[in-house]
Amino acid sequence: MRGRKVLRPQVAVDATGVPDGGSLLSVTGVTKSFGGIAAVRDVNFTVERGESVGLVGPNGAGKTTLFNCICGQLRPERGTVELGGKALGRLPTFQRARLGIGRTYQRVEVFTDMTVAEHLLVAERARCAGGQLWRDLGNRSRPAPAELKRVAEVLDMVGVGDRADTQVSALGLGSCRLVELARALVAHPVLLLADEPSSGLDVRETQELANVLRNLQREQGMAVLLVEHDLPMVAQVVDRVVVMDLGTVIAQGTFDEVMADSTVRHAYLGTSG
Amino acid sequence: MEHFLGFAIPGIPYGCTYAIVAVGLVLTYQATGVFNFAFGAQAYTSAFVYTKLVQNEQFPIWLAFLLSVVVLAPLLGVIFDRFLFRKIPNTNTTAKLVTGLSLFVGIPALLPVLFGSQNQYNSPSILFNPETVYFRLAGTPVNGIYLSSVIVTAVVLVALVVLMRFTNLGLQMRGAVESRRLVQLDGVNSGRVIATAWAVSSFLAGLAGVLLAPIYGQLQAQDYATLLVAAFAAAAWAALRSLPIAALVGILMGIADTVLQGYLPATSTLSAAVLPSLPFIVLVAALLLVPGMRRLHDDKDPLASVDPPPPPTTAAVRAPQLSRVIRVLWYLLLGAFIISMLSWMPKTWESVFNSGLAFSTIFLSITLITGMGGQLSLAQATLAGVGAFTAAQLANHLGLNFLAGAVVGAVLAAVVAVVLALASLRLKGLGLALMTIAAALFFDNSVFSQVGVINGRALTVQSKWVGLGILDVNGHSLFVVLMIVLVVCMAGVMLVRNGTTGRYLAAQRGSETAAAGIGINITWQRIQIFALSGVVAGIGGTMLVIQQQSVNAAQFNYELSLAFVVIVITTGVSTIEGAIQAGMGFVVIQQLLTYLPARFGGNGLTFVLFAAGALTYVAHPEGILEFQKRRWTMRFQRLLFPDEPSSGPPAPRGHDGGGGNGAKVPIGMPSLEGSHTGVVTPEDGTGLEGA
Repeated sequence: MRGRKVLRPQVAVDATGVPDGGSLLSVTGVTKSFGGIAAVRDVNFTVERGESVGLVGPNGAGKTTLFNCICGQLRPERGTVELGGKALGRLPTFQRARLGIGRTYQRVEVFTDMTVAEHLLVAERARCAGGQLWRDLGNRSRPAPAELKRVAEVLDMVGVGDRADTQVSALGLGSCRLVELARALVAHPVLLLADEPSSGLDVRETQELANVLRNLQREQGMAVLLVEHDLPMVAQVVDRVVVMDLGTVIAQGTFDEVMADSTVRHAYLGTSG
Repeated sequence: MEHFLGFAIPGIPYGCTYAIVAVGLVLTYQATGVFNFAFGAQAYTSAFVYTKLVQNEQFPIWLAFLLSVVVLAPLLGVIFDRFLFRKIPNTNTTAKLVTGLSLFVGIPALLPVLFGSQNQYNSPSILFNPETVYFRLAGTPVNGIYLSSVIVTAVVLVALVVLMRFTNLGLQMRGAVESRRLVQLDGVNSGRVIATAWAVSSFLAGLAGVLLAPIYGQLQAQDYATLLVAAFAAAAWAALRSLPIAALVGILMGIADTVLQGYLPATSTLSAAVLPSLPFIVLVAALLLVPGMRRLHDDKDPLASVDPPPPPTTAAVRAPQLSRVIRVLWYLLLGAFIISMLSWMPKTWESVFNSGLAFSTIFLSITLITGMGGQLSLAQATLAGVGAFTAAQLANHLGLNFLAGAVVGAVLAAVVAVVLALASLRLKGLGLALMTIAAALFFDNSVFSQVGVINGRALTVQSKWVGLGILDVNGHSLFVVLMIVLVVCMAGVMLVRNGTTGRYLAAQRGSETAAAGIGINITWQRIQIFALSGVVAGIGGTMLVIQQQSVNAAQFNYELSLAFVVIVITTGVSTIEGAIQAGMGFVVIQQLLTYLPARFGGNGLTFVLFAAGALTYVAHPEGILEFQKRRWTMRFQRLLFPDEPSSGPPAPRGHDGGGGNGAKVPIGMPSLEGSHTGVVTPEDGTGLEGA
């Protein structure tokens, strides 16, 4: 990155001119259908700066579809997604990522030809819109010390620093999830979308992951939108919960409030008591 | 109206044959998930054997038909399935494509080697006498060929629709295409179901071949390849799903062809340029307009994660000491090669090796686009041709030096590559392969044939256009120039591979979804790698025509594009040394074969050998040569450095019950699939879902 202009996510977000108190993420009336079936229907909610929000609901509720609409991997038929007051509209996924939206995936997506550290290096450089062909041809693309330092910091923070030079294809599923998380975190996202990050992790790993997410939010002020089926983990990490069922939001509030809601209990547990 | 019908009716037999082949392609795809590039070759094989049995061995027509179409064709299909395609995981589109391409290249080349190279003429019609006019339709005589085609097509269509829609076997076939392992869990013998599908579709290939043979007069593999492209177009309009739509479009294409021939002036440029390109135009339109063709790569096998991981590359498993030894040996070999070329090398072999250097440069473009970019382009010979023809035309018209022309040609080839990339932005895997093959055929038929001649004479490279004494038969300037060009291209490819672009491309190969999610502009990376591969191919093409001192369309035809891919995949598409070995191996084997009897010489047996090598892609996606290198490297390593640990990454876990994730993409070995490769499924908790 020597001499390269660094496009930090907060620059783009601040440029929207929204006061600090404004919502970081606003989802308004988002609707997405597949073959006539509405996977997400008129969904509205917000995520404030530095807030941790849980997005929960039974399988098929539309949570991942909503994530895909926020990231730009799917285009909603109706509704808007705003980041820092700026409508993302038809912005492609990679530009949303550069604005500061980091993401992990329900089905872990790793770069199987790479080591753990390379995952973070490539993510750091991509978020900064780095990498011109002429720099490669001039042999000027080697990792800068600042990049290597940042990668080491994030790997240690997530707890996979000892496996930095391991090929990701030799890692287990739990470690792959942590690599995904580190890859998302390396470029200081302002909003982290974590899609079932504890899936495949054991109890100890889940607890460590919950701690990492909580610390990120508290110490670095990063907003987190968490899709998770592990409700105890959700209770530990989030400030507020949005509950979806059959593509719509059926409840919002604190964890205890929504868990006490009879509609939620009916949708989630099949009971109304 | 009678005028129109007079033009349209003669197109019906062609259309019916297109329809049968298209239906066969759709059936194979629906039942097995394989887009069978070998379909034309299978049709040609049956037609070849049928004609040979009737004309040379005096077999009765019914017996020849029985042997060539009812026995041989299904048998070939079952053999392909049993020994090749059954071993390919459902999701590995690249392996299916490469295997099909290998058969496409290898079978027509194998037949003359097996049966001699004498041509086959005047194939008899199977049902009716081709000479007899049975009745007139709108004033147009309807002979035996027309009747045979129409009746057979109608019967085949009805039978297939009934089979697929209304029988248990058809239902099982449709289930098996999604995941043969999943239907096995439901108690279905999926192996038998798929073998049946292969037998039926191969029977159709044989039937189409024999039906078409009397129309052509002389049997040529080239005609069957063109037939296949027309069928590609028809199948693409059916999104590889609907048998009736595929048949209808096939018939319409046959009719459109003869109608256009009738109405367009025979000597017009439009006629010369548009008519041969009709199938490719229809194919490109389908790829751009039919949504189903853009979603082909979305197919997934729910049980894909049980597939074992491919092995790492040789370089990844070598001990550092052995790597050093090998590096020194390579330098010594290179030094010996250069000294030999500049001193004692016989002129014949000097020319062979010079040609190998030019081919190596072209093959580097395949390393870029396929090995690094993960895109299977079947138009690399075409891009080389764009560079070569540009340099030749600039020299011919403006007197521009060929080496300067190579730069302009490379830029133009890059522009063509970028246009191709833009046209196929939403395509990958099979869709991209079809788009690039359509482009290659378009250039073959409509561009190179027009620009390859000046005043009716083929272009030849003249000394005054090249300079530097390059064409001096007693000098070594050509070798020096070719060597410098190759080394510069190799260095460029290496720098890009090790730079940010290389890392971005590696990320894309791992997971396009995640690559975009971290801020990589997938579209831009794709355009860049297409452009870069165009530049390298264009330069390589110009070097080739300087070495061969002539420029003609046959040097860069689409068959060579396919053969080039097959050759590089055999030696190793993911490494730079793989491209060099491919270039040198290609010309050296060709030269060695000239010492054998005539039927083994030329490209034929060379293509057969490389095609056989590429057929091992399923087992060795790193290339059979790369596999052998790794095997011998490990043996030497154990022998020479028994205490030295491997410098490579640890072996992937997960298929030994060890609880790892079971990555299916090789370490340091690119997948060609783009997305869906680096996907770990939470459901099974064990596997990376690979290419």
